[in-house]
Amino acid sequence: MMINILMVSLTCCAFLCLFRMARGPTASDRAVAMDILGIMIVAFGALMSVRTGKEFYLTSALVWSLLNFIGVLALSKFLEGRGFDD
Amino acid sequence: MRENIGFALMCFGVIFDAVGCVGLIRLPDLYNRLQASLKCVAMGTSLILLGTMVIAGLSPLSAKAFLCLLFILIISPTTEHALARASYIGGVKLWKKSVVDKFKEDIDKS
Amino acid sequence: MRKIILALFSLIVWVLLVWPFTPWGFDYQSFLVGIIVSIFVGILFGDVFTESPHKFFEPKRYMWFICFVFVFFWEFLHASFDFAYRVLHPELPINPGIIKVKTNLKKEFAIGILANCIGFAPGAVTVEVSEDNYLYIHMAFIRHIGAEEPGAYVIRRFERILKRIFE
Repeated sequence: MMINILMVSLTCCAFLCLFRMARGPTASDRAVAMDILGIMIVAFGALMSVRTGKEFYLTSALVWSLLNFIGVLALSKFLEGRGFDD
Repeated sequence: MRENIGFALMCFGVIFDAVGCVGLIRLPDLYNRLQASLKCVAMGTSLILLGTMVIAGLSPLSAKAFLCLLFILIISPTTEHALARASYIGGVKLWKKSVVDKFKEDIDKS
Repeated sequence: MRKIILALFSLIVWVLLVWPFTPWGFDYQSFLVGIIVSIFVGILFGDVFTESPHKFFEPKRYMWFICFVFVFFWEFLHASFDFAYRVLHPELPINPGIIKVKTNLKKEFAIGILANCIGFAPGAVTVEVSEDNYLYIHMAFIRHIGAEEPGAYVIRRFERILKRIFE
């Protein structure tokens, strides 16, 4: 019961992130919002694995955090105005 | 008893996440938003993973939560630095009430 | 030498991922696979790992590393409470700007670690590291603007410990 309330409030926070992602004036604002959403998905995976008792969700959260890291680094190279090859 | 401590840590974590997302809406320019929300959200996620470790005890789930916490603590400052540098070079301006900008002075000098 | 150290590190990560201590005894098969994989990783990537492997055998550096972990978590807690106060205050008490601080560290790896650690100091993020060891830091609240180096207290705490760990 308790953990359902936590999950619902985390979803409301994710909607605030999506608002900034839709509204942000420049492309960098959207990249920041995407990074923060990626970290919050890891927290969501941890809550889900406590609720069901399976470690599968935490494994996928681990993989997600690494993929998010690589994606944001590639995106920052792109925002800097250079190509991907240096 | 152990479950109650874990749930208390998780509640604090969700509160920190909410504060980070409110900062993402309220603060005026990109650099302040980047610092405030990334720090608060990293703290909240670490507290949630710590609560998972306390609830699970010594088990594979706890080991994976520990590894996940280590990755979060390594990853989040690195992405913060990369995004700040890329958006400054890409031409995002500071807030108009900023006090000092040494970096621009040095670029203009050279 | 450095290949053996890297193989030990990757074996620790493998044990944390697989967790062979099952309730019906020790799981030899997955542990054996982990040993083979970590030997391969050590042979392949050992040359790019570190420059001076003799530093891994000095126990004083490990003591300073434990000290560094405590300082890091204290700064992290301080930073997040500081920003929670600034965000929830109705008048937004921020005073931002970019300042310039010189570091005393020499090695490139230590400067990289320092520039990443500043991301968790209260109200600071590194924007750029120049070639002659100057750090450009964006701070959310600058206290003494007229002083010689306004934000130097942010990096001095990390710098003293990192100098003893890496140099």
